Amino acid sequence: MNLRRLIVIGIPFTWLLLFFLVPFVIVIKISLSDPAIAIPPYSPTLELSGGLAGLKAFFSQLDFENFTFLTLDPLYYTAYLSSLKIASISTLLTLAVAFPMAYGMARAPEEWRATLMMLVILPFWTSFLIRVYSWMGILGKEGFLNMILLWLGIIDEPLTILNTNTAVYIGIVYTYLPFMILPIYSTLEKLDLSLIEAAEDLGCTRTSAFWLVTVPLSVPGVVAGCFLVFIPALGEFVIPSLLGGSDTLMIGKVLWEEFFSNRDWPVASAVAVILLAILIIPIILFQRNQQKQLEGDQ
Amino acid sequence: MKKLSWFNLTTLTLGFAFLYIPMIVLIVYSFNGGRLVTVWAGFSTKWYGTLFHNEAFLDAAWVTIRVAVATATLATILGTLAGYVLVRGGRFWGRTLFSGMAYAPLVMPDVILGLSLLLLFKVMFGSMGMTTIILAHTTFAMCYVSVVVSSRLLSFDKSLEEAASDLGATPFDTFMSVTLPIIFPAVLSGWLLAFTLSLDDLVIASFVTGPGATTLPIKIYSAVRLGVSPEINALSTIMIGIVTVGVLTASLLNKRKVVQRLKDEKAAN
Repeated sequence: MNLRRLIVIGIPFTWLLLFFLVPFVIVIKISLSDPAIAIPPYSPTLELSGGLAGLKAFFSQLDFENFTFLTLDPLYYTAYLSSLKIASISTLLTLAVAFPMAYGMARAPEEWRATLMMLVILPFWTSFLIRVYSWMGILGKEGFLNMILLWLGIIDEPLTILNTNTAVYIGIVYTYLPFMILPIYSTLEKLDLSLIEAAEDLGCTRTSAFWLVTVPLSVPGVVAGCFLVFIPALGEFVIPSLLGGSDTLMIGKVLWEEFFSNRDWPVASAVAVILLAILIIPIILFQRNQQKQLEGDQ
Repeated sequence: MKKLSWFNLTTLTLGFAFLYIPMIVLIVYSFNGGRLVTVWAGFSTKWYGTLFHNEAFLDAAWVTIRVAVATATLATILGTLAGYVLVRGGRFWGRTLFSGMAYAPLVMPDVILGLSLLLLFKVMFGSMGMTTIILAHTTFAMCYVSVVVSSRLLSFDKSLEEAASDLGATPFDTFMSVTLPIIFPAVLSGWLLAFTLSLDDLVIASFVTGPGATTLPIKIYSAVRLGVSPEINALSTIMIGIVTVGVLTASLLNKRKVVQRLKDEKAAN
């Protein structure tokens, strides 16, 4: 291997090793440590000056205490379960909103499509935080939605939506919608319309042609979109923190509070390790799905 | 040309209303004269005035822009290299590990990235500040750049590079005079993507920030945690305005290019 090739591969490789892989090793190590009133607030810390004996002493002090703690305190496993529930339900809701939109876009006259596409992408470039924040002014007790509904006479007193799980669902569907629309749109746009005509010629009704031809062919896009919503939603922090209530339990929020409010680094690390373990399976499935699509295109 | 059915037209209208009404409401209320966000007290631009006299916000904006420019530049260099290695790198030791590491940050929750980087920086530097935010942002932004660049590299004709090297160009010359000009649009959009990602990040920056390095999202988050604020509405309106102008310009330029290309193709036929 020549020097130049070594440099080209070496620079990004070293960067990712140092700033992506090594930090995970540290997280795992700290999740096995004990909290301590010190800087940094955990023990043991690794002293390389201690030599082999020091290393041995270091490893002997690591244990699974924090993980035992996580299984004993119901707060944590309820938080994991409730994150899974919220992420799954909001993924399905996003799909329900995104599919008709992607379908409409793919059926729109060709000269509209670029504009429609831009309208989907524009929110993606706008600050995530601001898009979440914009719902605070709408869903609040004196917010825009209640104002309209009261004015129309649909309700007599303001609805409580902000700081409930409903607001979290709305927030996730809203912010992740483009991630669901884009992959579905790209499979629907590629779909050969003559297949549907063929199905109709062979006696299918419109509806059954839709369910028998369009839906099966859009599966790769739907799967990709679902992963793109589900995986980040599971560890979401901003949405439950701004739109959710005190009873909205999501693991990203628990980790944040464990770290910033309780200053318990070892437990925060253990929470992160388990979240990662839960995410590994969907992440691998997602990469497989992407790989399959890539191969299908070629 | 087939027209849209009623059903499709309705879903598209409702869908785009859902996407845009929150932002429109936000913009309208940023021009509200009263402090109460829900009661319309006449048109006024006073919140923009208070915003521009708020030192804390201006400082945070300046920090954020410097971090975003540094991040975007570093991430573009590293991400372009990574994308190149992924597509043209051939076989080398640790390739699977490398591609895994290049994709994983795309889907990794921010809380995990933030926590793990903070723990690393505590060991490495001890103290935090703008540098640690830049390093952290570069790490996840380079992966987005690498995806954009590698998809462009996959789609262009490899024989152009082969021709250059057949004609005696060194790999470096080939990269500089053939590959880079072709992938340049992707590199540019990678830079913009990295810039926006850095500008937007709250969670990772909160973990790895230090004294004197408060970014705009951190500032916004601490201001809105307790409720809606008219100053933040004004700030959001400015940010939405900048993005809208940027995206519109980019898509108009792109449209012009497409139209030009179609014309050229017609002329060639």
